[in-house]
Amino acid sequence: MTDQKEIKCVVWDLDNTLWDGVLIEGDDLRLKPGIIDVIKTLDQRGILHSIASKNDYGDAMQKLREFKVDNYFLYPEINWSAKSKSIATIRENLNIGMDTFMFIDDEPYERDEVRSEHPDVICMESSKYSELPSYPSLNPRFITKDSKKRRLMYLQDQERKRDETAFVGPRKEFLSSLHIHLTIREAVLEDLKRAEELTVRTNQLNATGKTYSYDELKMYMTSTGHRLMVCEMIDKYGSYGTIGLALVEILNDYYHINLLLMSCRVMSLGIGTILLTHIMREARKEGKKVRADFKHTGRNRTMYVTFKFANFREVMTGSKELIIFENNLDAIQKFPPYVNISIK
Amino acid sequence: MNINDKIRTFIESNLLAFDDDLTINDDDNIFESGFVDSSVAMQLVLFVEEEFSIHVTDEDLDLVNFSSINRIVRFIQQKEQQWNSSHEGR
Repeated sequence: MTDQKEIKCVVWDLDNTLWDGVLIEGDDLRLKPGIIDVIKTLDQRGILHSIASKNDYGDAMQKLREFKVDNYFLYPEINWSAKSKSIATIRENLNIGMDTFMFIDDEPYERDEVRSEHPDVICMESSKYSELPSYPSLNPRFITKDSKKRRLMYLQDQERKRDETAFVGPRKEFLSSLHIHLTIREAVLEDLKRAEELTVRTNQLNATGKTYSYDELKMYMTSTGHRLMVCEMIDKYGSYGTIGLALVEILNDYYHINLLLMSCRVMSLGIGTILLTHIMREARKEGKKVRADFKHTGRNRTMYVTFKFANFREVMTGSKELIIFENNLDAIQKFPPYVNISIK
Repeated sequence: MNINDKIRTFIESNLLAFDDDLTINDDDNIFESGFVDSSVAMQLVLFVEEEFSIHVTDEDLDLVNFSSINRIVRFIQQKEQQWNSSHEGR
């Protein structure tokens, strides 16, 4: 991984940034020349787009629909509040790190306001939009089938969240109504690009914060001393693609989990625990216990809780603040009833 | 509301993964009995921290402290006592 953090979402201003003219002044608005190609190009690379604009929501969305570009923007924030606040709301909805955002606005004042509240956000002057596709931070190393579908998957998430908020009744019933189907299987060559992408993109749900390259993953996949597992998920809204990854080292007495990670899009569904249960069952079949590497990164506390509440105990601290967890397999949690699980 | 009621209300309104007609006893293991699924464990921890202004350390993150309403209550009381005794006389 390079030092240059990959941008996951570009947040656009509208007036004099996406289009020439000011909506509220009744100007004859025109999209900036070539800007749609820029947006589409980034979209195909799996980079998301959103909006932070001070305008009337209805009027602005109407205009975006007329230009046939409304579908490119996730969780648009079109209102009169500070843009730093809009970006915070978008970040919350997308559940990605603040340091993966780029903000584009023609007003220096707006860029300064965002910068002062969120120093990690890259703020750009709007006149440079045509150069965006050549920026290294907007060129992910791999473009996988999951990255091309990313916007669509987030649109499904948006729908899912709306339905969850509107759902009346126990949470279990809502989860059952999703018809979640999870497949856990050994990785094959075609999975490795996405697997690398997951290690690079995942911060909150990565047990060690470590990233793995394609070649490293390929080595582990073919090694007889290791198992590399992937999880794929589908529900009634569509496919989530590959959302989980585990690298297990097979030792004499232990299954040692070197890497466990989940896409943050499935954070609320307990997939981490399901994958742990699967690994524990596999280890028990061979009469082995389970150990796991963990390292606090400041962002992955959810993973720590996942291990501890699955009965893992800290047994030693290795070098570089690495924690080793152990589970003696006295109690293995059951799979939750609302997920249909296939093991292949 | 006392601590017990606050915890119960939170579990019932946010984490409940069980049928409406089941009741939850103060000593029921909320993880084993399927009242709480693993996905919401983190929400439970964050709720305890925010509602009672407690810092839950790595050592505290243990099912012993979180597996039933009574255990969560006891854990919160212990943390509050620790805090009070360390600030006595200041």
